[in-house]
Amino acid sequence: MAAENSAVRKSLFTPFNVVVGVIFLVGAAITFLRFAKGLGAVTNLSDNNPWGLWIAFDLLCGVALAAGGYTTSAACYVFGLKRYHSAVRPAILTAFLGYSLVVVALLYDVGRPWRLPYPFFVQSGTTSVLFEVGLCVMLYLNTLFVEWLPACFEWLGFQKPRDFIVKITLALTILGVILSTMHQSSLGALYLIVPSKVHPLWYSMYLPFFFFVSSIAAGLSMVIFEGTLSHHYLHGRMDATYIREHDDVILGFAKGAAMVLALYFMIKAVGIAIDNKWSYLLTGYGAWFLVELLGFVALPALLYAIAVREQNLKLAKWTSVLTVLGIILNRFNTSLVAFNWQLPPADRYFPSWMEIAISVYLITLGLLVFRFIATRMPIFYEDPRYRQHVPHEGEEEERPEFTEHKLRQHPQGFGH
Amino acid sequence: MLRRTFLGLLGAAGVGAALGKPARAAGQQHFTGYPESCGVLFDATRCIGCRSCEAGCNKVNELPPPPEPFNDLSVFKMKRRTHSWTYTVVNRYDLPGAPGPVFKKWQCNHCLEPACADSCFVRAYTKTSQGAVIWDGTVCVGCRYCMIACPFDIPTFEFNEPLTPRIMKCTLCYPLITSGKLTVPGCVGACPVEALVYGKRRDLLQIAHERFHAFPGRYLNHIYGEREMGGTNWLYLSGVPFRALGMREDLGVVPAPELTSGALAAVPLVAVTWPVLLTGIYAISRRKDKIARQETAQAVARAVAQTQAEAEGKLKSAMTKAEVEKKAAIEREVKKALEEAAKPQTREGE
Amino acid sequence: MEHHFYTLFDFLVYTKGAVYILMGVMLLGILGFWLFLTGRDEEKEIH
Repeated sequence: MAAENSAVRKSLFTPFNVVVGVIFLVGAAITFLRFAKGLGAVTNLSDNNPWGLWIAFDLLCGVALAAGGYTTSAACYVFGLKRYHSAVRPAILTAFLGYSLVVVALLYDVGRPWRLPYPFFVQSGTTSVLFEVGLCVMLYLNTLFVEWLPACFEWLGFQKPRDFIVKITLALTILGVILSTMHQSSLGALYLIVPSKVHPLWYSMYLPFFFFVSSIAAGLSMVIFEGTLSHHYLHGRMDATYIREHDDVILGFAKGAAMVLALYFMIKAVGIAIDNKWSYLLTGYGAWFLVELLGFVALPALLYAIAVREQNLKLAKWTSVLTVLGIILNRFNTSLVAFNWQLPPADRYFPSWMEIAISVYLITLGLLVFRFIATRMPIFYEDPRYRQHVPHEGEEEERPEFTEHKLRQHPQGFGH
Repeated sequence: MLRRTFLGLLGAAGVGAALGKPARAAGQQHFTGYPESCGVLFDATRCIGCRSCEAGCNKVNELPPPPEPFNDLSVFKMKRRTHSWTYTVVNRYDLPGAPGPVFKKWQCNHCLEPACADSCFVRAYTKTSQGAVIWDGTVCVGCRYCMIACPFDIPTFEFNEPLTPRIMKCTLCYPLITSGKLTVPGCVGACPVEALVYGKRRDLLQIAHERFHAFPGRYLNHIYGEREMGGTNWLYLSGVPFRALGMREDLGVVPAPELTSGALAAVPLVAVTWPVLLTGIYAISRRKDKIARQETAQAVARAVAQTQAEAEGKLKSAMTKAEVEKKAAIEREVKKALEEAAKPQTREGE
Repeated sequence: MEHHFYTLFDFLVYTKGAVYILMGVMLLGILGFWLFLTGRDEEKEIH
């Protein structure tokens, strides 16, 4: 094979590229249809169900799962847990792309996307929780962009701007936590205005708190999940520091997530008790609520705790998947299952295949951009010219190396 | 209500007992609505289900012609809701034990504290002093949160308009009345049996009570809309339970803005508390690191000093030992030399 | 546990009592959970 002249040009039609190509073509066609014929031609939305999959998944889940940005940077820079430093840039990148995709999804969903800046520049509906969501998301997207820029500047060689932004890292991080707290909780607050349409087991005055706390668990779990995937597919881009810190990140974040999930479980219980909703647990919706609470909150809390005790990385990684699914389930339950629960079955909503296709298209887009950036910019490694690495207590200064090797046994041999 | 707002505040901010007394976001104020505000009284015991109101509304608002003509009563087979081509619908309810069918006309209720207005992030809705809740199409982004928020499921959306979809709902004929083209809304004017009365809300409440008095046993002693969701400008009278007419009786009396004002009140608290809190945590964590570094340095210095002292001690004792050994060796040599020297002397002495 | 409350006061007496008990249970629970979670933390270096 090595003798073939054409071996130099790799085929463009790898299975991955073909699948992505199909997704993009279908996505482009549906995009055209959406803007040529309207939302009715593409979605199953209706006057009874004005919000569907794009809000439930692309907005609510997208924002919750992008929470790794503020949690990781807060852990490292505010709480001083420097051993998580190598996880910050990947988390910021994930969050930046996540929030960007939220905005793109909104371009599809709202009736007049070019008017999206109106609440900030034309007329503000300050009584609206959605205004607060929009303002904070817009500001936070810009914050994330600035937090991502150093990696981009290092790639481009713009030293001075890069140094300036790095100098204000703490301020950006704190701003990020403030904005994230506000909009994560406000997404839950969106449903406060309509108790008559949300099932009592999911409606609570604590909805903002539920969404905020679960976003922390979501963020920590996404860092573990994204780190696991990146480790598998982008291992060659990782430097010794990242690889050395990787397992500690997983177990450390698993420990944090265990406590946060336990907290989330407790406040959900208080939410039931304080409004005396126990009797609803004995209904069909009650059973579904318990599936969500026990199978996707209590269980991952326990599994994370076991993983930390046993130093079991594999268990921690699978639990992160369970937790992420649990967050998605909760957002879907709140906005699609528990919402309009009193409508007759014929009037309930299920997404059209085109809505699903666009969501798939947006995720694919995100993955491709992630890969593009991670394979070129210092996300999983530190550019030697701009070394930021802060030594741990008692550790000697080290020179980072590139490692171009396949998956190998971790030197410290954590129990897999 | 006080408790809910307070706990909503707690829930949203997680700020504990630091908060003093419970705070309704609007203080202890009581809002009574615009005094001269107008509305409509609907009397379900008078409505004959002729759908003339639907036709009248369609005409004055120049809405598109419906799929079925307005005199087609077969539409009553299904329960209908408003859509973007109809601001109002009449539904028919056949109730067991009732002498005949009962009809209910449904449209925007023009709430005193509208959920749509409260939820709109571009303030596209206005509760006018005249009573109507109107929508401004020049700023609407089409996010449809108002449709989520409305407890009566009223606002509709032009899902089949690709680029300029509008929210469509009853306007209480506000533009037509204020411009003088009409004196009463189109539906009210079209009704042949005066099931609809237009007037000041406080007068309508009066009329309702007069009817209760004049016709005892005919009506349920409840004016729907008097207090529901904080009160509406469209009021309903009925001889049968309202829930039998598809009207929700579990909405409560708390107006929509109050449901979110607690959570919104927590936002500025987070905005000011978090910077202080997080900076504090950062400072504490940095100080901990600094002290840890100092302690490590001290420990290292002590260890070095100790090692040095030990080494010196060892050296000293080694040197002393060497000194002693040297002395002993010298003494041995001297002794030997002396013995050597003493030997020939002893031989010479013979 | 299903019974009709005629006043907000009655409702609050019932629910607040339940919540206080639940708080006590949860505090014990979270302590136990934390002990479980950190039970095998070996003598690690100061991180």
